[in-house]
Amino acid sequence: MFNHLLSLLIWLPIVGAIPVLLAGSGRPGLARWISLLVAVLTFVASLFLLPAYNAADGAMQLTESHVWIASLGVHYGLAVDGISVALILLTTFVTILVIMGAWEVIQDKPHQYMAAMLVLEGLMIGVFCATDALLFYVFFEAMLIPMFILIGIWGGPRRVYATLKFFIYTFLGSIFMLIGLIYLYLKAGTFDLHALAMLPLTMKEQTWLFFAFLIAFAVKVPMVPVHTWLPDAHVEAPTGGSVVLAAVMLKIGGYGFLRFSLPIVPDASEHFAWLIIVLSLIAVVYIGYVALVQDDMKKLVAYSSVAHMGFVTLGIFIAFMLVRDANNLDAAKLGMQGAMVQMISHGFVSGAMFSCIGVMYDRLHTRQIKDYGGLINVMPWFGFFYVLFAMANSGLPGTSGFVGEFMVVLASFSANPWIALFAAFTLIIGAAYTLWMVKRVLWGDITNPHVREMKEINGRETFVLGAFALAVLALGIWPQPLVHLMDASVSQLVQQLAVHKI
Amino acid sequence: MPNLNDIMIMLPEFYLVAAACLLLLLDAWMKPEQRNILHWVSILVVLVGIYLVVAGQPDVAVTAFGGMFVRDAAAEILKVFALLCTALIFVFSRPYMQDRKLFQGEFYTLMIFATIGAMLLVSAGNLVMVYLGLELLTLCSYGLVALNRDSRLSSEAAIKYFVLGALSSGMLLYGMSMVYGATGTLALVQLHGAVVQAGMSNLMVFGLIFMIVGISFKLGVAPFHMWIPDVYQGAPTSVTTFVASTSKIAAFGMAYRLLESGMGGLAGQWQLMLAVLAVVSLAIGNLVAIVQTNLKRLLAYSTISHMGFLLLGLVNAGPEGYAAAMFYAICYALMSTAAFGVILALARAGFECEEIDDFKGLNQRSPWMAFLMMLAMFSLAGVPPLFGFFAKLLVLQAAIDAGMLWLAIVGAVFAIIGLYYYLRVVKVMYFDKPAEGLEVRPQADGFLRTVLSLNALVLLALGLYWGPLLGWCRAAFAG
Repeated sequence: MFNHLLSLLIWLPIVGAIPVLLAGSGRPGLARWISLLVAVLTFVASLFLLPAYNAADGAMQLTESHVWIASLGVHYGLAVDGISVALILLTTFVTILVIMGAWEVIQDKPHQYMAAMLVLEGLMIGVFCATDALLFYVFFEAMLIPMFILIGIWGGPRRVYATLKFFIYTFLGSIFMLIGLIYLYLKAGTFDLHALAMLPLTMKEQTWLFFAFLIAFAVKVPMVPVHTWLPDAHVEAPTGGSVVLAAVMLKIGGYGFLRFSLPIVPDASEHFAWLIIVLSLIAVVYIGYVALVQDDMKKLVAYSSVAHMGFVTLGIFIAFMLVRDANNLDAAKLGMQGAMVQMISHGFVSGAMFSCIGVMYDRLHTRQIKDYGGLINVMPWFGFFYVLFAMANSGLPGTSGFVGEFMVVLASFSANPWIALFAAFTLIIGAAYTLWMVKRVLWGDITNPHVREMKEINGRETFVLGAFALAVLALGIWPQPLVHLMDASVSQLVQQLAVHKI
Repeated sequence: MPNLNDIMIMLPEFYLVAAACLLLLLDAWMKPEQRNILHWVSILVVLVGIYLVVAGQPDVAVTAFGGMFVRDAAAEILKVFALLCTALIFVFSRPYMQDRKLFQGEFYTLMIFATIGAMLLVSAGNLVMVYLGLELLTLCSYGLVALNRDSRLSSEAAIKYFVLGALSSGMLLYGMSMVYGATGTLALVQLHGAVVQAGMSNLMVFGLIFMIVGISFKLGVAPFHMWIPDVYQGAPTSVTTFVASTSKIAAFGMAYRLLESGMGGLAGQWQLMLAVLAVVSLAIGNLVAIVQTNLKRLLAYSTISHMGFLLLGLVNAGPEGYAAAMFYAICYALMSTAAFGVILALARAGFECEEIDDFKGLNQRSPWMAFLMMLAMFSLAGVPPLFGFFAKLLVLQAAIDAGMLWLAIVGAVFAIIGLYYYLRVVKVMYFDKPAEGLEVRPQADGFLRTVLSLNALVLLALGLYWGPLLGWCRAAFAG
């Protein structure tokens, strides 16, 4: 019964977007309800992944493969392992909350907004399922179109600049990956990822391919120094766009490293692991300081996303170093798992933070920290959630933010204590910028008279924030199910990494 | 002596010539208010032409009139799409031509004759036939560009087109005469053998260069692109669409016949020439397009860059490369008809709807037209999952396969630069406020809108399922 589950997950939201569009601008209520229905159905369908996927095995499962373009040997190939399952669940979960979050906030053409969101969801799930490099690329690029529209139509005043920058940066990144993939195809005669991983490549080829992949995924993660599109895109995007961007789209960069860079060009990855680690540490430390001086809350969270995603790339490549240099499989697994947990956790935390900022923005139409102050007096419930997410963002034990970072720091300690030292700085800087923001927004006296008129969050907003809060706490207190889900896949991946190509 | 068999092989062409002559008579007899009949009959004529091409398709390549005319799979596919584009243009043009008082029989007859020229060109088996087909195509095009006699821009464009076109025809003829001098034959099949045997001589190389100039002019490859922006902008949009679609398919056919069928033995020589032309085209097309404010001119420069991409396929000089280039030519033609089709559907009397600013806020006024235009723009930009992406994928692959990785990277860089101006069109449609006092709405009837929608949606459909088309293109060059 699970034969076509993955296809269903991809196409249900994409096809579901059509009735949403047809419901039309005349009946925005109907469009909203249909889109929520589609999102909930997709989420329910994604829950079936849990029984269908055998976590003990860890290999690619639920395989679907059809010939797509026979003359090029391109397959419509889908399969998932534990890592993909976790990311797909994150996607379907976040999409529901985004659609609810936009409920009456988006007044202008809600049907187009919801439809774009659903199409985006389907494409993101497609990215996490694709086992054919060309199919992956198609999903990877097609995502840009709905995101472009989301930011461009419903975004802030400088949306056009932000959206063009976003599109061109990411397109720039991926087109070099395309050249790399074509090169691989001409050597291997297939786009199948597994076959590409088996393909012997010389060091010179690997180096070129490594950088082709690096550009593509570094832009997406984003890593320093190609991160500059992210704050712009976040600041201008509507709340839902920011949430999806931070919660899911950034993960695709980290996921790409796992699926492309490490298996296909392992030796070049080993050779240049130091580069990624250095860039990750710069992201963690330097971007943390940049976040400290932001006046705009969205910008602050955007920069903190760059810093947190630095942990993901650090975890992945530290694991790689540990396998290759120290042959320390346990520590490597810890690092890789830490990176994965961090991806999921950051999905929840950043999604929640952007939702909170959205809630404030809907009421006061400003994101400047200085315009707020003393918010806790008028919105105590909101304050409760805000503090919780801020704690998670700064990595407080008991919240999901702590688990992943701790695992990565622990793993990097086995590789090199200095790296661990630098990485651990994030706990201080992260706490500094997040708590300082909370202090200025929530506490103190009400200086702005408009703040006094702000209304407490309503039921819908409470539901959205509450769902995020549950996820953040659940993952923080009991990460075991998530770790277990990905455990076998991560072990397999780590063992694969030990194999040299030259 | 021509026998019945020869005529049967050329049946679609003979039929179209006869039909075009009849249309001319029909037009003379008809009262102006009855001209709608002519419109429908013309569409029917072209559709029957497609049927004849497909139905009479032989299993193997056949020649007629002593090798003058070749009917093989490659020619068949190109003819089908050339005729299809012409039919689409007829459908899209009616309100536009009516509004401008250009709704005349000449339009239909000249278009059909030009299409016949295109068909002869892609089926040419002899240098003389190449020249004949080319002249039939371009002479009719000159007339079509000048169709709007009262427009200064149109007349200027026609003069430019004519002067430069005549010059390039002269160059082509000169090149052909040199090749004839060196090999003593005009038939492409014999030429191929003679070229391989004679190898490279100065005379041959000069002949080749002049022929490449002629081809480059027809394709609109830089630095022989000067006529493109003016003709695209000046000509009535219907005619622009023809120049961008049917005529580009024909130009690819001509390039294939001359370079591969004739001069294939000198591939080592022309590959590098084409590579250089490709880089120049990509650079000029993409960089100059950025500053355009007129959409027709922007699409003109985008054509130049697209022809650069097409050359990436040709430089491969192997069956894969030709298949990729043919795929690209077909793809480009369909994208052009969709993009210009939207312009045609939105234009009305006294309002050309050709400035990019005219498209401001189109999503507010007419979301469906905006969506169709967005599909065309993203496809032209090469964003998956649209058709244009896969065409680019194939030509990049062909270039890498030919050992020109650097050329593919240059192509990729310019694809990113090109992205910017296509995005700008989407940007004004979706993100900008509509201009005050400017009501941009499609004037078109339901039939036109349906066909236009199909044309644009096919860009998405072929993006998702392009296997069969690629299969045909490959099969055409496999043997």
